[in-house]
Amino acid sequence: MSGYFSDLITGSKSLLVGLGVTFKAMVSPVVTVQYPREKIDVTPSVRGHIDLVKDETTGTHRCIVCLSCMKICPCQCITVEGEKQEGVKGKVLTLFTLDFTKCSLCGLCVESCKPRAIDFSSEYELAGFSREEFFYDLLKRVKERE
Amino acid sequence: MDTMHFSFGDMMRLVIAFVMLISLVFINALVMGYLERKVAARIQRRWGPMEVGVQGWLQMVIDGIKIIAKQLIVPRDADRTVFRVAPLLSFTPVVLPFLVMPFSKGLVGRDINLGLIFVLAVSSINVLSIFVAGWASNNKYSLFGSVRSVSQNIAYEIPILLSLLSVVLITNTFSMQGIVAAQGKVWFVLVQPVACLIYLISATAETNRAPFDLPEAESELTAGYHTEYSGFGFSLFMIAEYGNMFIVCAVATVLFFGGWHGPFSGEYLGALWFLLKVFLLMLTMIWVRWTYPRVRFDQLMNLAWKYLIPFSLVNLLLTALVVALL
Repeated sequence: MSGYFSDLITGSKSLLVGLGVTFKAMVSPVVTVQYPREKIDVTPSVRGHIDLVKDETTGTHRCIVCLSCMKICPCQCITVEGEKQEGVKGKVLTLFTLDFTKCSLCGLCVESCKPRAIDFSSEYELAGFSREEFFYDLLKRVKERE
Repeated sequence: MDTMHFSFGDMMRLVIAFVMLISLVFINALVMGYLERKVAARIQRRWGPMEVGVQGWLQMVIDGIKIIAKQLIVPRDADRTVFRVAPLLSFTPVVLPFLVMPFSKGLVGRDINLGLIFVLAVSSINVLSIFVAGWASNNKYSLFGSVRSVSQNIAYEIPILLSLLSVVLITNTFSMQGIVAAQGKVWFVLVQPVACLIYLISATAETNRAPFDLPEAESELTAGYHTEYSGFGFSLFMIAEYGNMFIVCAVATVLFFGGWHGPFSGEYLGALWFLLKVFLLMLTMIWVRWTYPRVRFDQLMNLAWKYLIPFSLVNLLLTALVVALL
């Protein structure tokens, strides 16, 4: 018999506290969003696929075609090509593609980039119907943003 | 009910009452299914159904149409006839008690002088249907679910009867209308708070609702007694479950919360008060379901035999003493 009434009292009290917790949750605002119609801003630290950074002062990318990203990439999914042009110091970027089907998002290219020309994008809606949809032309993407 | 000679008017009244009550059972299942999902979602801070209709209010209709289109599968080793009969058997005790429910002063199928006994007797058939369903399925989970349901219902029928009896001792009648009429001045929840609480707890267990939903505990028994049912067999069980909820809440309203009494309750308008009280009680049951985890079987039995039955017995004795002295 010991603890019969104390069990009853503490039990009832904790049950009422529980009801209070769920009632508070019921009247507090909803935290989920209706996804396709409503979207939330993703945090800037998200590691999406890589993208060429647009330099605010020059209005274009900062790539100097040093090929260090291409060389360090363990998956060999980055292809960078450049050419000499008249009157321009160094090489000019003509091709920068990423085969995202192979990319493991390790971030070594971002780390190795001296002029900080590449960074992770915050793109997350990446579904596609064919393999070719994941071969990104990053130079074209940065031109589109210009 | 002096004579057993039914006139044509009486027959028509019964037929109309039956049609209205069966539609009430179905509409109640639609509304409650929707409310259950919405309240559950809000407690978990989600939106719940939002796609079909404004705020998803057509979701249950769409689900109903989908479930009617499903194939009725009978397991190979099941007892075919009994397996088919069980959902119908679960549906019967849900419709019958509505016949004596006093929705309003002038809105009752038939006010018989043993109304409360009739409700309790008929709604206990529900256990039989659950047991038959579990047995006929020839499946270990179904059988375990139904065995649990039977022992649980036997344990919780006693506190229900004892707590209702203490109200009957005061009113001196089993007629549902008579009990409502006795609450013109003060509701019995204030006179008999312990009996009311015991009844509400036991009623939750009697309808196999969480936290007493051991007969259909998903994590242990997949779905309990209706594991093998598909399509409309399954949905009949669901409709019966919500119908049972309505009945136990209606009985609580009649016995403890003043039935159709309320401001401006005339001959028929009292039905609005009655439905409001019933739906508030059912919302409380939903709220309780999404608050508490499921109890263990020994805890379930301990609660009934160690707390509810002794307390209801003491309450009944005290009531009898007070009634005898006054």
